[in-house]
Amino acid sequence: MFEIVSKKTLAENVVEMTIKAPRIAKTHKAGQFLILMNYEHSERIPLTIADSDKEKGEITIVFLVVGFSTKELAEKFNVGDEIFSVVGPLGTPTHIEKFGRVVVIGGGLGVAPIYPICKSLKEAGNEVISIIGFRSKELMFWKEKIESASSKIIVTTDDGSYGMKGFVTHALEKLHNEGEKIDRVIAIGPPIMMKNVAKMTEPWNIPTWVSLNTIMVDGTGMCGGCRLEIGGETKFVCVDGPDFDGHKVNWEEMEIRMKVYKIEEEKIKQEHQCKIGLK
Amino acid sequence: MQEKIDIVKLGGVEEGKPKKPRPKLPRKEIACQDPKERIKNFNEVALGYTPEEAVYEAMRCLECQRPRCVVACPVHIDIPTFVGLIARGKFAEAAKDIRKYNSLPAVCGRVCPQENLCEAACILNDTNPGNPIAIGRLERFSADYLLSKENGSAEAPKITHKTPYKVAIIGSGPSGLTCAAKLAQMGHTVHLFEALHKAGGVMMYGIPEFRLPKEIVQKEINYVKSLGVKVETNCIVGKTIPMDEIMNEYDAVYIGSGAGFPNMMKIPGENLGGIYSANEFLTRVNLMRAYDFPKTATPIRKPKRGVVVGAGFTAFDVVRIMLRLGAEHAEIVYRRTRKEMPGRGEEIEHSEEEGAIIRELTNPVRFIGDENGFVKAVEVQKMELGEPDSSGRRKPIPVPNSNFIIETDLVVIAIGQTPNVLIPSNLKGLSTRWGSVINVNRETYMTTVPKVFAGGDAITGAATVILAIRAATEASRAIDTFLRDPQRKWYPPEVSEKK
Ligand SMILES: Cc1cc2nc3c(=O)[nH]c(=O)nc-3n(C[C@H](O)[C@H](O)[C@H](O)COP(=O)(O)OP(=O)(O)OC[C@H]3O[C@@H](n4cnc5c(N)ncnc54)[C@H](O)[C@@H]3O)c2cc1C
Ligand SMILES: Cc1cc2nc3c(=O)[nH]c(=O)nc-3n(C[C@H](O)[C@H](O)[C@H](O)COP(=O)(O)OP(=O)(O)OC[C@H]3O[C@@H](n4cnc5c(N)ncnc54)[C@H](O)[C@@H]3O)c2cc1C
Ligand code: SF4
Ligand code: SF4
Ligand code: FES
Repeated sequence: MFEIVSKKTLAENVVEMTIKAPRIAKTHKAGQFLILMNYEHSERIPLTIADSDKEKGEITIVFLVVGFSTKELAEKFNVGDEIFSVVGPLGTPTHIEKFGRVVVIGGGLGVAPIYPICKSLKEAGNEVISIIGFRSKELMFWKEKIESASSKIIVTTDDGSYGMKGFVTHALEKLHNEGEKIDRVIAIGPPIMMKNVAKMTEPWNIPTWVSLNTIMVDGTGMCGGCRLEIGGETKFVCVDGPDFDGHKVNWEEMEIRMKVYKIEEEKIKQEHQCKIGLK
Repeated sequence: MQEKIDIVKLGGVEEGKPKKPRPKLPRKEIACQDPKERIKNFNEVALGYTPEEAVYEAMRCLECQRPRCVVACPVHIDIPTFVGLIARGKFAEAAKDIRKYNSLPAVCGRVCPQENLCEAACILNDTNPGNPIAIGRLERFSADYLLSKENGSAEAPKITHKTPYKVAIIGSGPSGLTCAAKLAQMGHTVHLFEALHKAGGVMMYGIPEFRLPKEIVQKEINYVKSLGVKVETNCIVGKTIPMDEIMNEYDAVYIGSGAGFPNMMKIPGENLGGIYSANEFLTRVNLMRAYDFPKTATPIRKPKRGVVVGAGFTAFDVVRIMLRLGAEHAEIVYRRTRKEMPGRGEEIEHSEEEGAIIRELTNPVRFIGDENGFVKAVEVQKMELGEPDSSGRRKPIPVPNSNFIIETDLVVIAIGQTPNVLIPSNLKGLSTRWGSVINVNRETYMTTVPKVFAGGDAITGAATVILAIRAATEASRAIDTFLRDPQRKWYPPEVSEKK
């Protein structure tokens, strides 16, 4: 069992949790994720490991309440409670080396997973420019944390309530137009954002890596549920990824595969509304 | 703790009195849920013997001096002895005797292909054709009886002398569990690591509840734990614990990681919505209990017209699940004929009783999607059988211009599994063939890496529960010898296969 040692609400529907998981904390590298189950008969949900502390044996996750399981985790679990199952670290770590100047983009929830990546890139001697984007100021989190791991930070909000008005892609375009030489782009966020970043950098010939969040079950290469066409070949996101060359991802297929359980997801939300007081 | 069994009333024979076997009587059939009823639930199909039925069946056995059945059982269970104990009303003792050879009798009694093993060899086939002793059903009967009495643990044998040696076991399928149980009984300290949140391997995530109730599997695992085996779930060796750490901390390592990687067809349209690998479909339904959705939280798409590609154990389990999820039509598409099907006779029969359709000599060439990206049809091609191939089966060849369309809304690909590459890619010097099947010495189960042994599906590719148990049993003896040998001699396989 895995004890929750701290819980914070970072913004509306965004929760940060630190969990005791010494084995995972010890081996975790940037870019890896875990799979968590609230209770014995819960769903297995993948979440990125946003931070880890080897000494304390703790790991941190940041998640957005989107459906049944994330809502249950946010509402029913508090400090001192135990989570039924946490397994990881899963996936291949983000490839880190000295690239030069790297632009790391986090959109919404994607801001959490870019933190360990910025940190590792910086340690490897890169100049890290981070762009983080939110819908509005109220939803902003971890700005200081990301700032501490970057040499420069740009914040965008869709409504202009903080920083630059617009999407993260606008900030990226601006950097490029200002003539900044960019050696690599890493983008994590909603699929549509990652797709747009990849489409933007393709003509500029900047290597661009994204972190895919397909639907998963085991996370170990056993079920194939996470499979996706990358560069004309089927890959298992949980073991071959989750990081891939954004210019090779079949984004149309990604969109379809994310929607496979739309009907069922609605159904379980409604079914349990009364029982656990979901809105 | 055991209630008195009136064996004479049950039709058996009192202990000490001579038994008069009745081999000419017909074999006792096992009661099953009615097909019309059972496709509405996930409860076990075969209901098991009553004590009277078990005693009747046991009374037929000749208790041969040189039993052929024992030779044919891969782990050489002393069949005449345990059957004899049942005939004498000693049901719990029968199961305890079986456990000397097999730690998972309630599982094997249900899922072993007995018709090709112990029962095929029974001497009664000679005089009363088609009526061998129902060894599997008797094994199940006595094991269930014991599990219901002791909850799997109370009567575990005491382990008297401990050795100073520690062994790590990777994987909690039948092979890992067996190796763990045997080594613990030999006095070694055993730590078993399992990647999933529940121990049991394919017995938990693959084989469905209606053939192998998960409660039974968990009780058998409780027995293994009661022998002192420490089981750590949620622990992927090579990820959660680095392989180096395992190599440093243990005197020996046994790899029982199975064959969990799903083969896909690699034809167009395979990534459409509504197309599953058998592993995903089965894991969602069995391990995650998606059939109880939305009471449980993991969803599954429910088919109206389901198509399964393949014809092994897995394919038949899938087609029967489709029917239970409410499919109006569920069919197996297989490129050879019924005669070549690797699935068990009983499973094929049960599937057809439940309404599954088998389409022979047909092979998918592509999947066709609707406007939302979900599968709506499979384009298939007729096949014919040519010359026998390397597996000895006749090779299917496409018939030109024979393509046609099968409409469907859910497809499951069940064309086999291979071992995962995680362990081979994390263990330097481990020799494998076909990319991930681990090479071992045939007698000692030693791999090319000192102190690392392997068995089960990990060394053969997808096979059977009992073969995984046999490998683990033999490997446990070799591991014990190795640990006690002051020189720790190593006999790795002679590897000729090129990787
Ligand atoms: C490698 C990886 C890392 C991720 N990291 C994070 C993270 O750090 N923070 C975060 O908030 N979210 C992350 N996600 C997404 C997160 O797993 C889903 O939001 C979560 O599973 C939704 O579950 P639910 O029951 O609350 O919602 P549901 O109502 O079940 O679904 C809501 C949405 O989540 C997607 N989803 C549903 N089930 C799964 C599943 N098993 N796997 C993946 N997506 C699913 C669906 O496509 C749907 O759009 C990550 C996903 C992956 C694959
Ligand atoms: C649907 C289906 C039906 C079947 N029906 C039958 C049947 O009726 N009769 C029969 O005899 N056989 C049947 N089989 C075959 C049988 O189940 C297998 O041959 C048998 O389970 C193999 O046992 P194993 O212990 O080698 O591996 P598995 O049962 O596959 O167990 C391996 C375990 O190792 C774990 N693991 C893998 N890698 C790691 C790692 N790195 N770290 C930690 N843990 C790891 C896995 O999660 C898994 O739990 C069936 C198979 C399937 C898929
Ligand atoms: S383990 Fe299998 S082969 Fe051996 S006696 Fe039991 S059913 Fe027969
Ligand atoms: S061969 Fe048949 S009759 Fe003889 S001991 Fe075995 S089961 Fe009994
Ligand atoms: S999640 Fe099952 S193979 Fe990737």
